Amino acid sequence: MIAPPSRWPSEPLVLLAEDDEGHATLIQRNLRRGGLRNRIVHLRNGDEVLDCIRRRHGSGGALVLLLDIHMPRGDGIEVLRALKSTRDTADVPVVMLTTSSDPDEVDLCYSLGCSFYIAKSVDYAVFSECVQRLGALLGHVQLPWKRIRLPGPS
Amino acid sequence: MDSPQRIIVLAEDDEGHATLILRNLKRGGLDHGVVHLREGPAVLDAFWRKPGAVGPVALLLDINLPGMDGIGVLRELKSRPETMKVPVVILTTTDDASEVERCYRLGAAAYITKPVEYEAFSEVIQRLAAFLKIIHLPEGEVAG
Repeated sequence: MIAPPSRWPSEPLVLLAEDDEGHATLIQRNLRRGGLRNRIVHLRNGDEVLDCIRRRHGSGGALVLLLDIHMPRGDGIEVLRALKSTRDTADVPVVMLTTSSDPDEVDLCYSLGCSFYIAKSVDYAVFSECVQRLGALLGHVQLPWKRIRLPGPS
Repeated sequence: MDSPQRIIVLAEDDEGHATLILRNLKRGGLDHGVVHLREGPAVLDAFWRKPGAVGPVALLLDINLPGMDGIGVLRELKSRPETMKVPVVILTTTDDASEVERCYRLGAAAYITKPVEYEAFSEVIQRLAAFLKIIHLPEGEVAG
């Protein structure tokens, strides 16, 4: 991701919401292989994701969320709905990364405001390749920065 | 992954940029049909064409367009239930932070600044094409 404008408080963060440890490892490895260099924070349930985003985004940091659907304590659909229906977090880009490829689920996520929907392939090589392509593109995407007051000369 | 006959719209009034984008979408392996449009109102027409028609599945959108700019197009598409699902990738020359934020707030899927150098621009478009190939897109909407 493009570096923040000078004097912005921090660099963009990638949040990975994934309760399956094997998938999380594979995703992080392949985002790196795709060329992504930003810090990746791994979260394991819906509540953690919302807490993290409210704290982080509220303080002016840019982030993108990679979101699994099947998670304990707030599944991905609920998390997406909560983020997009709240004014302060509606601009956070959310990429669904999930095992389901049910067209109704795909449509629901897009109508709730996800940016993109990626179905995890059961084929390890295909899944790896998809995540690498995501990592390769994310490096070129500009993320929204909050317009917050920065400490300046008084 | 989507079937090849589904259409993606490229909204771009600069012919040089359009040629480069179309060429590199192909090099990147995109197998969707791509329709190139040059004015804002034509983009809305393409998505709202006629009742019963299957609309395009995604939009690559420049901001500076004649007739209606990309911000207006984005706002219109996202305000109608039949097109609010369409993923819109902003592809533009500006990297102004407030413009980026405005686009995401209006519902853009991603915001990409066109690199000034030819090679870098080509590379980004190829990566975008490779990415578009592997995502699931919403079903083409029946225009109302």
